[in-house]
Amino acid sequence: MSDTIVTHPLVIGEVGPGCKKVDPIVVADGVTRTFGGLKAVDVAHVEIPRGAITALIGPNGAGKTTFFNLLTGFDKPNTGEWSFEGHSLARVPAFKVARKGMIRTFQLTKSLGRLTVLQNMLLGATKQPGENIFTALIKPLWRTRETEITAKAEDLLARFKLDTKSEDYAASLSGGQRKLLEMARALMSDPVLVMLDEPMAGVNPALTQSLLGHIKELKSEGMSVLFVEHDMHMVRHISDWVIVMAEGKVVAEGPPETVMSDPAVIDAYLGAHHDTDLGDMMEDKNPVLEAQEAAATTAAQREGGH
Amino acid sequence: MTDTSTATSAGSPTETREPVLYSTDLVAGYIPGVNILNGCNIEAYPGELIGIIGPNGAGKSTFLKAVFGQVKVRGGSIHLKGEDITGLKADKLVAKGVAMVPQNNNVFPTLSIEENLEMGLFQRPKVFAERFDFVTTLFPELGSRRRQRAGSLSGGERQMVAMARALMMDPSVLLLDEPSAGLSPVRQDETFLRVHQINRAGVSVIMVEQNARRCLQICDRAYVLDQGKDAYTGTGRELLKDPKVTELYLGTLAADVDAKTKADREAL
Repeated sequence: MSDTIVTHPLVIGEVGPGCKKVDPIVVADGVTRTFGGLKAVDVAHVEIPRGAITALIGPNGAGKTTFFNLLTGFDKPNTGEWSFEGHSLARVPAFKVARKGMIRTFQLTKSLGRLTVLQNMLLGATKQPGENIFTALIKPLWRTRETEITAKAEDLLARFKLDTKSEDYAASLSGGQRKLLEMARALMSDPVLVMLDEPMAGVNPALTQSLLGHIKELKSEGMSVLFVEHDMHMVRHISDWVIVMAEGKVVAEGPPETVMSDPAVIDAYLGAHHDTDLGDMMEDKNPVLEAQEAAATTAAQREGGH
Repeated sequence: MTDTSTATSAGSPTETREPVLYSTDLVAGYIPGVNILNGCNIEAYPGELIGIIGPNGAGKSTFLKAVFGQVKVRGGSIHLKGEDITGLKADKLVAKGVAMVPQNNNVFPTLSIEENLEMGLFQRPKVFAERFDFVTTLFPELGSRRRQRAGSLSGGERQMVAMARALMMDPSVLLLDEPSAGLSPVRQDETFLRVHQINRAGVSVIMVEQNARRCLQICDRAYVLDQGKDAYTGTGRELLKDPKVTELYLGTLAADVDAKTKADREAL
């Protein structure tokens, strides 16, 4: 790849870590965050393309979730500037970030357990006249909007296969269902950019497939998506662009096919066997049996010593 | 290894053997009046690696919790080596040779790795040195970092500590709740191979997994749970090929993407 210049329709110039995008929705510069002595995030420059589905991948502890937290105002960086649709978002609190149309979900879900599933959904909607104390007193002023968002919530719940649960408390949902609720709630506010942190972890594969179809539809309506995910089938299937992080830095980016055949990425992240059948890899050598024997030997030696 | 050798490997059940653990018409739930498990029949023979897969909210984790005495059983029974263990508390079960690795919060973050492993063996502290040797030969990383606080470990490392702690009591049945959740692909594969190796060393394993393909690839038999009942069962290979299981649960995404990737590679 050293002597040929690789280009891509989303990119200005050459494809590589930190490359310039034709139409970036998020631009981040020099963002760092340290925990004690550990540099969790150290991103020199990265741009997220607009109207595309971007996957953020990388080994455990690479700083993906921390980077999410920084961008959305849930954590404060040590240094760095970033902008969303041209407006600087550094040191802007999370609720203002969300109002600007940058909505995120969490890896460990944060649903309101003592509200019903439908109430959780309605909370996600914006422009509710009933939120004002005076208009709240006069029903006709908010009834139309309430009907509108309820219909929307019901439609989303049906897509996410939660419609039968809409009157149940969110606390009664299983882990995977809470994940789905959070994703559905994020979509209630018609976000410009939706950021999903491991959206499909714990969601059954058949449902994942139908949800991916829905995410693609949203993209065609103009929404941008940034997601962290470890399921490489999903990344390959849905993403237009893949950014790889390791040890806090952006180490590679490009279209999914290219990134996933990059030897460095395979070595550090995917593993050499990521698309082989594990059943074919079972070796005759078994470290557990060996460990048992070794432990038995040392125990025997110990007894012999006394 | 081919399909035929998998079928004849150590774990396949035979007519004469007794299941090491089985549940009969198990009913359990959290909220009064709402049952998550509705008559669930699952059995594991000695040395078997059992996978449990199923849609969200099907009751997979609840099954493990019911076996391990963390959810009140409302009906049916659970037997371990012929003995009724329904409703027994976790400490009694551990003494009888059942170990469980929960889905999350599965290490004591303020304790060191070594202290975490000690906690796994507090019922039989005398054999600590011997068992510690065993698990650190199995997970050498843990031995060399024994003084490190478990809270400072990454997700994959915590999973390792939790699994090592469960193995400290030398269990005959190991219950795993989504051991691969949140791990990067290479770590997931390592975890699955490790589970398989532990199983082949003689521990019966019951594993709940969302990464259904990987799970079915390594397990001897698997159950598909749907709405609290065991809807399908068969060997891992059978279920992988079963069109109904694909439709209900697996989806075709992985197969489609794999086929496309292969075609792309051949085109290059």
